[in-house]
Amino acid sequence: MLIDKTLSRRGLFMKMGILFNGLVATALAVPIVRFLLASVTRGRANRYLSWVSLGTVSQFPEGETRLATFRNPYVTPTDGKTADTACWVRRIAGDQFQVFAINCAHLGCPVRWFPQSSLFMCPCHGGAYYQDGSRASGPPERGLFQYQYKVQDGLVSIQAGELPTPGDATAALFEKRPPCA
Amino acid sequence: MRLISQIGEWFDQRLQLAAPIREVAEHPVPKSTASWWYVFGSAALVVFLLQIVTGIMLALIYVPSASEAWSSLQNLNHDVALGWFIRALHGWGSNFMVAIVLIHMMQVFLFGAFKFPRELTWVIGIFLLLMTLGMAFTGQVLRFDQDAYWGLGIGASIASRVPILGPTIVKLMLGGPIIAGATLSRFFALHVFVIPGMLIAFVGLHLLMVIKLGINEWPMPGRLVKKATYESEYHKLTMKDGAPFVPYAVWKDMFFAAFILLAVAACAVYFGPFGPTGQPDPTIIQTVPKPDYFFLWLYAVLSFLPPSMETPALLIGPVIILGALLLLPFLSGEGEKSWRRRPIAVLTILLVAVMLATLTHLAGYTPWSPIMNAWSAEPIPARFLQHRTALERQGALVFQAKQCHNCHSLAGEGGQRGPALDSVAVQLTQDQLIRQVIQGGGNMPAYGKNLSPAETTALVAFLQTLYPAGQSPARDASRARAFGESGETSSAARPANRP
Repeated sequence: MLIDKTLSRRGLFMKMGILFNGLVATALAVPIVRFLLASVTRGRANRYLSWVSLGTVSQFPEGETRLATFRNPYVTPTDGKTADTACWVRRIAGDQFQVFAINCAHLGCPVRWFPQSSLFMCPCHGGAYYQDGSRASGPPERGLFQYQYKVQDGLVSIQAGELPTPGDATAALFEKRPPCA
Repeated sequence: MRLISQIGEWFDQRLQLAAPIREVAEHPVPKSTASWWYVFGSAALVVFLLQIVTGIMLALIYVPSASEAWSSLQNLNHDVALGWFIRALHGWGSNFMVAIVLIHMMQVFLFGAFKFPRELTWVIGIFLLLMTLGMAFTGQVLRFDQDAYWGLGIGASIASRVPILGPTIVKLMLGGPIIAGATLSRFFALHVFVIPGMLIAFVGLHLLMVIKLGINEWPMPGRLVKKATYESEYHKLTMKDGAPFVPYAVWKDMFFAAFILLAVAACAVYFGPFGPTGQPDPTIIQTVPKPDYFFLWLYAVLSFLPPSMETPALLIGPVIILGALLLLPFLSGEGEKSWRRRPIAVLTILLVAVMLATLTHLAGYTPWSPIMNAWSAEPIPARFLQHRTALERQGALVFQAKQCHNCHSLAGEGGQRGPALDSVAVQLTQDQLIRQVIQGGGNMPAYGKNLSPAETTALVAFLQTLYPAGQSPARDASRARAFGESGETSSAARPANRP
């Protein structure tokens, strides 16, 4: 009563009640937010990525581009077939490869390879790419996404695990471009 | 009878709801609002209730698991008695709901109902529109088929373009690094708990404000809204020329709502449920994903934006549209309500309607996409091959084999990605044709590395025969000047043996 005339005993208890609830809510918010962000934090520092084998080198004839499928390295029990992923493997020569994501660099639709015209075409918005994955025409801002690959003991492996999206393309807008010759 | 009224009184003594319900039902509304123009809001509410009921029924069978969702939908379609009908009701209900919400919004806009004091009703209405679209998209995902799978990929690709936060948003949206089990589970939670919960709360607020502030009176040209006087004028209007909402106006709402429910049911019976299309197996790449009809316009926009415009348009466009919609009642909260005196409002509606209709129509036949099997499925019509030289026919073979037909049409068959080639020889000379084929350009890939010189020669020879009867092919005047009249040396350039 001496401290503040406007603050009654009941009023003080109510304020303490609000404060107490606020503290508990904050304490609970920490695990809740961490739970909600689990899919983001888990993927920090490329931890979703790992090496997966696509098969032996001999499965991919030189100078040709073939469809390969692999099981995503990160799976959950209910994934079913959705964890199976396709990619295009181009064997240039010897141990020289290019492994393209199936997803169009525009909006992620599955691109198809046409060996006769050596083009990848997308069924959604008409994006087209040359055999080396570079953009040929249509709305894509860039070439096809490429996986890191390695050839070891006759096996072709790629570093996979995440859905490739054109998110990096935004960064590319800010990159310094070489001046036109 | 007496027993029933006694029971009723027993309950009301405890609930005390009869009086407020009667007050709401009989609150006076301007007689002019008992119009067929004022029925869309209540119809949207009734369709929403239908969605809740059918949605709960579907949840009795549906399994929100990436490995089983598709087969549980097949089970609903084929095994569970009338499962197909409930799915069809829910699917058609969603189409009708989006359409009715848009019509309701258009009516509110044209009748100036967003003006003082109903600004907040409009703003909440915008949120209701966003949630309705959110339900439409998440619902399409729950129909976990190929369209749903690749539609999620499109959503992730758009979300990833947000600067800096893009990849984080994608992982939040997908619930992991790829489109998989966690993705479906979180879209299920959104579609079944989060968005419907918000919808119910916001619909409640929306209705509360309609009752508290009164329904917008029929706008009369010249009767201007002024903040100082509007409320007393409206009060006078409802006193002088008003009638109780029940039953004076409500019968039209009831008739229209019943008609809409009947239409949904008729569509459900006649057209049946939507999908599911193929299994959501990402290794099956022979698929042409397409969104449901309410997002087709967006699908079309995305194919027309030039690459450099795409990211800015995708990120800034929605902010501008949403900002304009939210600011509207604050920038134009007073003044004329009648659409007869608001030509810009009418033109805006017409422009938006024509734009959405055109884009949706275009997305129906996707002229921007190559037809993936035209090269093997649509032969060149015989009349383009008759009376041709061996070289020209060889060129026609190259045309098919190199998939030119996928993007270029002949006699209306084939892709529409590039121009139709029926009269290409009138537009381009031999040199120009060779250059276009080899270097590409104008949105055409370059075929230089892909065609041998012999193939190019044959192809161009074939293309040079493509001109309509009665017109002559384009000729290079300078060449005639340099080499004389017979300057065109290549045999391919020789005019075809046309009758």
